[in-house]
Amino acid sequence: MEDLEQFRQHVSQWLEENCPASQREPMQAQEQYWGGRNGSFASEDARLWFERMRDKGWIAPEWPAAYGGADLSPQQAKIITEEMKKINARKPIFGLGLWMLGPALLEYGTEAQKQKHLRAIVNGETRWCQGYSEPGSGSDLASLQCKAEDIGDHFLVTGSKIWTTKADECDWIFCLVRTDPDAKKQEGISFLLIDMDDPGVSTTPIELISGESEFCQTFFDAVRVPKENLVGKLNEGWSVAKALLVHERKLMSEIGSDSPRHVLVPNTAAREYLEFDDGKIVDAELRSRLVDYDMQMHAVGLTHFRTFEEKIAGIRSAAPLIMKYVGTEAEKAKSELLLAIMGSRGVGWEGDAFTQSEIDTTRLWAMSYAMTIAGGTSEIQLNVIAKNVLELPQGGES
Amino acid sequence: MSLVLNEEQRFLQDTARSFFSENAPVEALRKLRDSKDATGYSTQLWQAMAQMGWAGIILPEDYGGADFGFTGLGVVLEESGRTLAASPLFASAVLGASALLLAGNDAQKQALLPAIASGELTLALALEETHHHRPTHIATTAGETANGYVINGKKCFVLDGHSADKLLVVARVSGDTNDTEGLSLFLVDRSADGVSVERTFMADSRNAANIAFEDVHIDSADLLGENGKAWTFLEALLDRGRIAIAAEMMGYALECFERTVQYLKEREQFGALIGSFQALQHRAAHMQSEIELCRSVMLQALSAVDETPEQLPLLASLAKARLNDLVTLTTNEAVQMHGGIGVTDALEIGFFLKRARVAIQILGDTGFHKDRYARLCGY
Ligand SMILES: Cc1cc2nc3c(=O)[nH]c(=O)nc-3n(C[C@H](O)[C@H](O)[C@H](O)COP(=O)(O)OP(=O)(O)OC[C@H]3O[C@@H](n4cnc5c(N)ncnc54)[C@H](O)[C@@H]3O)c2cc1C
Repeated sequence: MEDLEQFRQHVSQWLEENCPASQREPMQAQEQYWGGRNGSFASEDARLWFERMRDKGWIAPEWPAAYGGADLSPQQAKIITEEMKKINARKPIFGLGLWMLGPALLEYGTEAQKQKHLRAIVNGETRWCQGYSEPGSGSDLASLQCKAEDIGDHFLVTGSKIWTTKADECDWIFCLVRTDPDAKKQEGISFLLIDMDDPGVSTTPIELISGESEFCQTFFDAVRVPKENLVGKLNEGWSVAKALLVHERKLMSEIGSDSPRHVLVPNTAAREYLEFDDGKIVDAELRSRLVDYDMQMHAVGLTHFRTFEEKIAGIRSAAPLIMKYVGTEAEKAKSELLLAIMGSRGVGWEGDAFTQSEIDTTRLWAMSYAMTIAGGTSEIQLNVIAKNVLELPQGGES
Repeated sequence: MSLVLNEEQRFLQDTARSFFSENAPVEALRKLRDSKDATGYSTQLWQAMAQMGWAGIILPEDYGGADFGFTGLGVVLEESGRTLAASPLFASAVLGASALLLAGNDAQKQALLPAIASGELTLALALEETHHHRPTHIATTAGETANGYVINGKKCFVLDGHSADKLLVVARVSGDTNDTEGLSLFLVDRSADGVSVERTFMADSRNAANIAFEDVHIDSADLLGENGKAWTFLEALLDRGRIAIAAEMMGYALECFERTVQYLKEREQFGALIGSFQALQHRAAHMQSEIELCRSVMLQALSAVDETPEQLPLLASLAKARLNDLVTLTTNEAVQMHGGIGVTDALEIGFFLKRARVAIQILGDTGFHKDRYARLCGY
């Protein structure tokens, strides 16, 4: 305990000395640094801040120092996050490599794969995207068809992936591919790393209802992938995928707690957009919706802490399995509530008649619909709870 | 009073459905959006609608109208809602025409109604001054001058405000902001000196504007109804508007719902049609239940306009509150049940989703109408 207190002081002091003032301001989406060959820093301060964190090993503090981490414990890593939040320090880098692929490689990767990819992720040299979903395989991911044929010294990959977030800006993609068409569907899948620069890989952006082009369809036309890019054993990619999905869902469940954008939150928006009388919101409907939301978030926040403490204490409970569902549903409810609070100022789309934060809030509302779909829909989360936690009898619907 | 459509109305429904799907599919709204069309609707479409008699659909034949009554109007609005047809139907043929019917004198009616019915003249109601519907919150002033009035103030969320020929402006001649006494309704040319119009680009890609009035001089002949007594007819006007927009919203709900049910019957996952999963079946069945309830509310509310106006306030608030909830439910479920494709711009569901959020704000959100309904019930 005392050690942790000392560590906290060290962190707090180091951050105070090393985090530039400009990196403690709320950030616009376009200021985020995602690394990779298309990545660029929004400012010199952003670069400095990233480099200092990188050199300290705090980009991925729990990773081994040999791969660019700092060998820290989960408790220590949590302290860094907390102390960063205290001073509103920006995240120096964002990315699926850091959040999802890295942890999976640490568990399943070969030494060569770890050497090649982990440090490159921490250094911001490579940006990764996730190639799971296909046009015919979303919720039923295991039915995927994109195939990799073993042709001696390498695989030949043919097929397509869809909803690949930012594929057109990424350097590498981690993919689920079918390597045994005859096996049971989960048993014929492998996990492959593919360089987006390889001949035969192409992407087409798809526009979202928010007006942004967040995701793509990604095509593989006889792409030659070296054997050493297989993660885990042949036909055992499903285990790797499942381990990685746990990281993805945890990440998405926390999305509300560190919204990177400079947008409104319901409580402060209420003060700006609603009438108060004697300290109370006059509109009874909106007051009731706001308190429902605040109480929900309070409970969700406490459950986040509980799952962390349970993990350290080695206690298993159902809590981690509900977090993606409750976290993303709350995030969606928040956006809908914000629009209701802002009235006709909450439905502006562009132009000077609305403030930038109003427009950002409306567009984020449109994006919020993705939360309960991406990373496994709410319906699938509920199915998983019913099956794995409650062990309810399963009908025909897996 | 009847809770079913008669034969003539059913015929109108068929006609309107094929008219809008042929002449104004959702694709047309997409084109208006992508080309950043300056008018925001197709004037050709509006002319065709006028030829169908819809610009004057609630107007008596004496004024060149089709005299279909509000139930007929509701049928057409609902069908226009199914394709999100952008037109001055709501702003001009409902709000504009109703204002003149309720408050205009003979000369004003003679002068303007035939032009409204033919679609040549379009009107817009400049009422709101805050971002939530507060119909008595009027700070815009109308001072008396030697031969008329001078208007000063700012309006927001004026539907079709950037394209309408004339504006119906609610202004205060006496009393404090929030008083019902002391309000007047004036007709102002959009191009008059001192009127500045800023088009607002909204999520629904339809049309609205913020409008400022700076020393705008108008003639005393452009006062509608009695000076300072506009509230006596304004509530009735707004209730007509609320019921009409609710009818249009019924169209969004039905279209989203039907497209979603269709998708449940087409999309396969886990070797089965997703519509076979009870988790989704129950939610679709729930939506069907809500739609049935809203259908009854709408039929009653629309016929009340012509037959039992004393029930209008309660029914208008019931209709708008319930339809606000229905479009929220059906659009949200439509996106969710489509999965990843549901959040793409290529799928038209997104247009309904966004239009629904704007429509919810038109003439009162759910909180406004729940509060009003409760007050009318005496609690
Ligand atoms: C913004 C965004 C970003 C994404 N990024 C990525 C990415 O980077 N990489 C990637 O691989 N994928 C990505 N995805 C894809 C995402 O994982 C899938 O969209 C998701 O798994 C749902 O699959 P689907 O779209 O095929 O919907 P479907 O599986 O077709 O689902 C349609 C509807 O049916 C419901 N349903 C399906 N099965 C059942 C059942 N058994 N019981 C009850 N209901 C059911 C679903 O919940 C949904 O409501 C992204 C999606 C979005 C929206």
